[in-house]
Amino acid sequence: MNALLFNSTLVIYAVVTAVYLIYLLKPKESLGKTGLWLALVGFLVHCGFTLNRFLEAGHTPITNLHESLSFFSLSVVGIFLLLERRYKISILGSFMMPLALLIMAISASFSTVIPPLNPALKSKWLAVHTIMAFLGYAAFAISFGVSIMYLIQSHFLKTRRLGSMFQKLPSLDILDDISYRCLTFGFPLLTFAIISGAIWAETAWGTYWSWDPKETWSLITWFIYAALLHGRLTTGWRGRKAAMLSIFGFVIMLFTFLGVNLLLPGLHSYK
Amino acid sequence: MNIIVVGLSHKTAAVEIREKVAFSPTQMEKPLNALVALPDITEAVIVSTCNRVEIYATTRDVAGGMARLKRFLADYHNFPLETLEKHLYSYHGEEATRHVFRVASSLDSMVVGEPQILGQIKTSYGYAAEFKSSGVILNRFLHKAFSVAKRVRTETKIASSAVSVAFAAVELAKKIFGELSDKTVLLIGAGEMCELAAKHFINVGVRGVMVTNRTYERAEKLAEEFDAKPVHFEALMDHLPKADIILSSTGAPHFIIHEKDMEEVLRRRKLKPMFFIDIAVPRDIDPKVNDVENCYLYTVDDLNGVVATNLEQRKIEAAKAEAIVEQEIGQFFKWLSSLDVTPTIVALRSHFDEIRKAELAKTLSNWKDIPPGADKKMDALTNAIMNKLLHHPTSLLKRTDQGSRNDLYVDALRHLFDLETGEQQESMMELED
Repeated sequence: MNALLFNSTLVIYAVVTAVYLIYLLKPKESLGKTGLWLALVGFLVHCGFTLNRFLEAGHTPITNLHESLSFFSLSVVGIFLLLERRYKISILGSFMMPLALLIMAISASFSTVIPPLNPALKSKWLAVHTIMAFLGYAAFAISFGVSIMYLIQSHFLKTRRLGSMFQKLPSLDILDDISYRCLTFGFPLLTFAIISGAIWAETAWGTYWSWDPKETWSLITWFIYAALLHGRLTTGWRGRKAAMLSIFGFVIMLFTFLGVNLLLPGLHSYK
Repeated sequence: MNIIVVGLSHKTAAVEIREKVAFSPTQMEKPLNALVALPDITEAVIVSTCNRVEIYATTRDVAGGMARLKRFLADYHNFPLETLEKHLYSYHGEEATRHVFRVASSLDSMVVGEPQILGQIKTSYGYAAEFKSSGVILNRFLHKAFSVAKRVRTETKIASSAVSVAFAAVELAKKIFGELSDKTVLLIGAGEMCELAAKHFINVGVRGVMVTNRTYERAEKLAEEFDAKPVHFEALMDHLPKADIILSSTGAPHFIIHEKDMEEVLRRRKLKPMFFIDIAVPRDIDPKVNDVENCYLYTVDDLNGVVATNLEQRKIEAAKAEAIVEQEIGQFFKWLSSLDVTPTIVALRSHFDEIRKAELAKTLSNWKDIPPGADKKMDALTNAIMNKLLHHPTSLLKRTDQGSRNDLYVDALRHLFDLETGEQQESMMELED
């Protein structure tokens, strides 16, 4: 059942991605709608997978890379669907769904068996800490995708390449706005994830902060996004500069998430 | 019943002729009443815009009806028919339908795809409906034309791109700022194209307009015209950060906005994007401004390039629109031909006769000990009742002196007795949305 739901999700996301990529290249508006409905179906199946996994494991299914990547992808699709509902910009899917698919594909490459729960993770904090962290990550991922769209659109405007893709992309201000909203949504989540992590660490390991690589890199990520938001509010970092910083922030965030787990040994190296 | 069209447009007549035969929108009652009072003309709609004057009518006699409409157009405006005639076109049947569908879809417009014409025809039809000069055929004909126009608009991109420099500037601004309602336009200098662009921005609803000129009095004068705020040219750098969209067309021989000033300007507006439109020749704005982050500079050549691309695009979309029009003509004709009297009478009779025969057969088969000859008598009796019942409606339908009421009866009969074929019903449903 688990594998069936997971693979179905993967296949649906692959189809959605294909539909949205064709939409990007072909002047056919209806493809955007098709993509959206399929993405919704995929999201529901994905929710089904996550729920099923929760019931089978008996705890929040975000304990190893397979599970957390899957939840990361689920959050990305969820936020994308909310944004699409609010802004009605089909081309958003052409950038978000490939990302969601990629994350799912990486998730598929890790072991899918449900391992016995690491004793250190047996805590009510598991759900709070991980869900907040990954929702925050997903918001940053969306901001990353939208920032890439911003850079492309800005490039089109500067170089007068006003083709069909230019027409499909929304205005710079809207892209800037979406990216900013995602950051203001993701940043508090990251903050609470770090704080809840510290509290949990105190109960589990006896110390709030031990400069474990994950903790250090989370803090670096936090500082980058804090700087970005601060710059925006004070001197008005927006437009290209903000977009590039958001992309940079996402790369660091990815390292915090994946790089630390896979490359740097520490307390957080769940595989 | 035939649909005929007589008229002239920007394609056949210069403005000197068009203005002579135009109808004033405030006085439509008189010409519309005069039209339907003409012999042979049963329904009429007048479309009079600055680019065309056309009469749509229904008639039993195509040639006679057209001649009467031409004569009417000349006489009503006291214009010699001999001069007018060579500018007039006239269509009937399928051609008339194609013409009106194309006009409503803006395929016959001076600027193909311009959106006003549909509204103008709707208004014209409104007068005809108000003064009751249109009947069942033209009502449905024009509603069909509106739905064709709507289909063209939604299924093709014929009207989605700007084909004037001023409008192209507005479209580009929307791609940078999205909403323009909280944006400020700064107009530097004066010039026809610049003012036109400013008007377009005001029409889509910008928050405010500032005007500056080397001579402050001219700025004040222009500001009054646009309901804008005049600012001193010397203080340009102080006002620049407040402007989101800058339209420049001064006669200055050198740049008036330099790249080196932009850093300071952008800093003061917290890096919010700026859109510069340089319409001046020689140019007013250093082209390097386009390289500054969050600054987008377009010259008149860039805008012309946008317009040229869009015009090409419209040609492609227009071909798609023509295909839609052809499709819809067929559907409309199916309905129109259903209004012919003879087939309707035949259909009505056979509908009644079928019921009569079925009921008769049912009765006779259940009747034991049937007296000899009774079945013949029953048949004759029911036939006589049917003929009596149908006599009045049939003879009324066959009369030719009651104008558009005939079509109304036919249409009603087809509805009341469900005489449509499946296909016709489908097209009818479509007409209703």
